[in-house]
Amino acid sequence: MLTAGIDIGAKTIKIVIIDGDKIAAKNLTAAGYDVQESLKKAWADIEAQSGLRLADIGKVMATGAGRKDTLYTSDTITEISAAAKGAVALNRDVRTVIDVGAEEGRAIKLDAGGKVLDFAINEKCAAGTGTFTEAMARALEVPLEELGPLSLQSTQAVVMNAQCAVFAESELVTLIHNKTPKPDMARAIHDAIADRIVSLVLRVGLEEKVMLIGGVAKNIGFVTSIKRELETEVIVPEDCEFVGAYGAALAAAGK
Amino acid sequence: MAEEYWRWTESRWTDLGLSWKGGEIITAGVDVGSVSSQAVIMVDSRLYAYANTRTGSDSPNSAINVMNWALEDTDGLTLDKIQYTVGTGYGRVNVPFAQRAVTEIACHARGANFMYGPTVRTILDMGGQDCKAIHCDDKGKVTNFLMNDKCAAGTGRGMEVFADLLKVSINDMGELSLQVEEEPPPVSSTCVVFAKSEASGLLRAGWPKEKVLAAYSSAMVHRVVSLLERIGLEEDFAITGGIAKNKGVVLRLEKELGVKALEPKYDTQIAGALGAALFAKALVEKEKGKKK
Repeated sequence: MLTAGIDIGAKTIKIVIIDGDKIAAKNLTAAGYDVQESLKKAWADIEAQSGLRLADIGKVMATGAGRKDTLYTSDTITEISAAAKGAVALNRDVRTVIDVGAEEGRAIKLDAGGKVLDFAINEKCAAGTGTFTEAMARALEVPLEELGPLSLQSTQAVVMNAQCAVFAESELVTLIHNKTPKPDMARAIHDAIADRIVSLVLRVGLEEKVMLIGGVAKNIGFVTSIKRELETEVIVPEDCEFVGAYGAALAAAGK
Repeated sequence: MAEEYWRWTESRWTDLGLSWKGGEIITAGVDVGSVSSQAVIMVDSRLYAYANTRTGSDSPNSAINVMNWALEDTDGLTLDKIQYTVGTGYGRVNVPFAQRAVTEIACHARGANFMYGPTVRTILDMGGQDCKAIHCDDKGKVTNFLMNDKCAAGTGRGMEVFADLLKVSINDMGELSLQVEEEPPPVSSTCVVFAKSEASGLLRAGWPKEKVLAAYSSAMVHRVVSLLERIGLEEDFAITGGIAKNKGVVLRLEKELGVKALEPKYDTQIAGALGAALFAKALVEKEKGKKK
């Protein structure tokens, strides 16, 4: 039976269709100003790309910040549950899930059975979210997707005192004035966001294996900073951004 | 060149009715903050002159610049005739000509005591990058304080971000936010970054600027009120810092607290520097006392 999960995030909508346990199709679309319109487009795209139609799908489950706002289903699952389900399906040994999206950061602790034991969320503050990296990339005048690779060329750690994205931007301006090399500033940005995430992780307690998911996990600079700070290996699945939607699709299948 | 909406007006002032030449104790206080810097000159117990400028990316020069500007219209008064200077603010260690540094909290309380009188007990300082709630006694001595310096919500930087977003001069934001017929619900986020995204959405949905400003001002007030509730509000209440000049925030704050703030007679941004100048005076008096 086909089931689908929709993850309506602050910035992007993710749809995952599964057949049994396997991902049959997936789609990422900007949430944009009108989420319903964007959802329609996302479904049309996934239908065109996979040949699977909404009508063929047995059950749809929604997750994400906008999960209650969709016409496609009234079945919802929290982001925490979705992330846990998805992560464990990808790797049974995962005990800590770190989910960093555009506007929220989450740390989830799991038991051996994949059940959620504890979680910590930052939803009030842009520091430790994708929005922070975007703002900093703009301030540095570097395209977002280049920020990560650039940071890997850093030769020294530069301290950024500010946690707040607004203050960090001012601090960046001062660093730029002082002719700090761009790679070092890029690294400082990732260290700053990693700091914030690590404090979330420490609240629930760190236990290996650790999996990093969400859009920000695509940023190699951030992944490097987190590994360095946690002093552990971190698993970043290939479809890191789709794990929430995958988890919702699994939930729809009763798994 | 793009217009800079965030550029608030710098100012200076001299009490032209006063002459420094007859003064026994002439002192100065310099407050170098992350966003603004002030220099205050006192002649005996009177406020003689002050200047309020934007801090550059370079604190030592900021102190010198603001001090020079304060000295500009002072009938020949020069730095060497000032007997004692106290530096404060986060850049207080970067006031090269100061004899001593005193913490900004202590200076703020002293300054507010002078500006608002001995009845003031709770001071809310909404500065460029931090927000402080200070309790003091009738002599302006600090009895308790709480500070948020980690988050832009409730600070001048937050306002600057909104000035840029709405393309409204920061000096006009207060008045504009009051031009709404009905108070809209506050933006849901106190985080400036998230509030800004939310505000962009509201603008796209057709909200006029004044409505968006009103919504943001309310959100900012909520943030600040929770700081005050944590420390407790004891009257009389006074507001210092740049945002005290924003009528829209002040009126909403008074409404939510159910308390009226004392009316400022001086530029609300000089409280720190003023307190520093008063500390300088006390230090001169102490030295003179020792010599006798």
